[in-house]
Amino acid sequence: MAADSTATTQTDERIKQESLFTRLMKRPELGAIAGVILVTVFFLFTADPAMFSLAGFMNFMSPAAQLGILAIGAALLMVGGEFDLSLGSMVAFAGLFFGACVVTFGIPLLFAIPLTLLFAALVGNLNGQIVLRTGLPSFIVTLAFLFILRGLSLVGLKWATDGSTQLRGVREAVEGDWLAPIFSGEAFPGLFVMLAEAGLIDTFKNGTPKVQGIPVEILWFVVIALIANYVLTRTPYGNWIFASGGDANAASNSGVPVRRVKLSLFMITACCAAMVAIITVLDSGSTDARRGFQKEFEAIIAAVIGGCLLTGGYGSALGAFFGAIIFGMVLIGLTYTDIDQDWYLVFLGGMLLIAVVFNNLIRKRVTGER
Amino acid sequence: MNSRTEHAPIIHMDNIEKHFGNVIALAGVSFDVSPGECHCLLGDNGAGKSTFIKTMSGVHKPTKGSIMFEGREMHFDSPRDSMEAGIATVYQDLAMIPLMSVTRNFFMGREPTKGSGPFKRFDTETANAITMEQMKKMGINLRAPDQAVGTLSGGERQTVAIARAVYFGAKVLILDEPTSALGVRQTSNVLATIDRVRKDGIGVVFITHNVRHAMAVGDRFTVLNRGKTLGTAQRGQITPDELQDLMAGGQELAQLEGSLGGTV
Repeated sequence: MAADSTATTQTDERIKQESLFTRLMKRPELGAIAGVILVTVFFLFTADPAMFSLAGFMNFMSPAAQLGILAIGAALLMVGGEFDLSLGSMVAFAGLFFGACVVTFGIPLLFAIPLTLLFAALVGNLNGQIVLRTGLPSFIVTLAFLFILRGLSLVGLKWATDGSTQLRGVREAVEGDWLAPIFSGEAFPGLFVMLAEAGLIDTFKNGTPKVQGIPVEILWFVVIALIANYVLTRTPYGNWIFASGGDANAASNSGVPVRRVKLSLFMITACCAAMVAIITVLDSGSTDARRGFQKEFEAIIAAVIGGCLLTGGYGSALGAFFGAIIFGMVLIGLTYTDIDQDWYLVFLGGMLLIAVVFNNLIRKRVTGER
Repeated sequence: MNSRTEHAPIIHMDNIEKHFGNVIALAGVSFDVSPGECHCLLGDNGAGKSTFIKTMSGVHKPTKGSIMFEGREMHFDSPRDSMEAGIATVYQDLAMIPLMSVTRNFFMGREPTKGSGPFKRFDTETANAITMEQMKKMGINLRAPDQAVGTLSGGERQTVAIARAVYFGAKVLILDEPTSALGVRQTSNVLATIDRVRKDGIGVVFITHNVRHAMAVGDRFTVLNRGKTLGTAQRGQITPDELQDLMAGGQELAQLEGSLGGTV
């Protein structure tokens, strides 16, 4: 009897009734993937073919990666039912901290990078503590931190540089540091030289490859997306994130440590911002107070395009990954066309609107609401 | 039915009082459940049903009175304590998240894992198989274990919540008005589930203010009014009308005393 029942359980004939289409519709990242395809088709017709060369690909993936690392953090936090509007300011603030560590105090990267991440986690923790202790919406609390952190970045930079809002000299300070290549520049230059010699990729006339390697931020972006996706979909902690965002009360009644989950998410998100700060500061060799300006909104939009519901409890890290790629493609792609680049902003708003309407429909389909 | 009397009560709440400041929410309520029994707790709104079950499930500490669980006196400091002892409460909100799959809800907070260290992960295959099996036992054929709870009917959700409690080792199952928001068909499904659970030897505390639902599955009926027990009746010793009158405030108490066997 028992064996009989398990056998029928595993081969429930009704499972097959669900068409491939319905199954796909249930994937939160579907919208973002469809968006990537749509944007690709659009630029295939309108843009210079150079956009889809290897160099063009790296060109639009770089900004996508910088936004994407933020968007993945934002997506995890949104699935957990909270927002962090201080993300963009956090990039500037962590950048200042990192810059000061490296330039002002001359700390080697081996310590400066963990210190910066730790510092960001502490700020994220503060954000989270305030949200959880006061019970105020994270929207308001982190909005306050959007201004506080931006202001502190300005004040701190002036203090560190005697009146300037830009701290230079990072590149000189990290010269020769063995950790620098992991966080800046291009990876696998040797491989690309080999590929160029084999005639597989475009080269300049003197034989050096046009693309010297994969910008490291792209690798970080991919790695972080894969880890986030694994954690969210394959671990108990991921289940707790969904539960905390779906219904905090129900989750904690079922034994999910909701407070700890949310606090850790605020810290992870802040660390994502710090990661972007480290990469961009090392890349440009300087840090300034406008770094990450308005990135919090773009990150949240990318997360929403990626299928995150504003109400929490639903979303995907992979979706945010593709959402960020859409951003990069449009931002850079427009420069390959005759279209005025300021259409970018129109696109941004339009995409957000479409994504929210689409997500709403998906949610109704998933939950069977009518 | 008669076998019930042979069992010792699994939980015995004796003369429970609960005061909130100067409000006396419970003024001496006694109640017990035996394994394999469905004991209905009836009462109108404000009668103290919620306070009472929250005391039983460890949310409130009783001001006076004792809780004996499997023959030992217990002092529950938190819902977790009572859960660990084997008392599961299915509240009206069901602690279910509509956007999440049945499996994810079923194992929420108690996910089975495989692997170790950084590769310790949610064992979805096992979780899915267990969910399908447990739901089938309760008479619900899921389309797929990754079906969102939101697509289930109210009765089915109630059943998922009950199946979850049973799977995680409940000895006493407290159901807080499980049928109050359901239609006729779904109500009968839930009542059938209660019957099934009872036959597995679990003591069921069924809170309701619907006499007909109580009569359908109850072995014993206790009526609460204004923080006091009005009486406990065995199945067959009381008619639905009498139970209804008792709940309504006991105006016809005198008339009922005989039928309740002098327990009032």
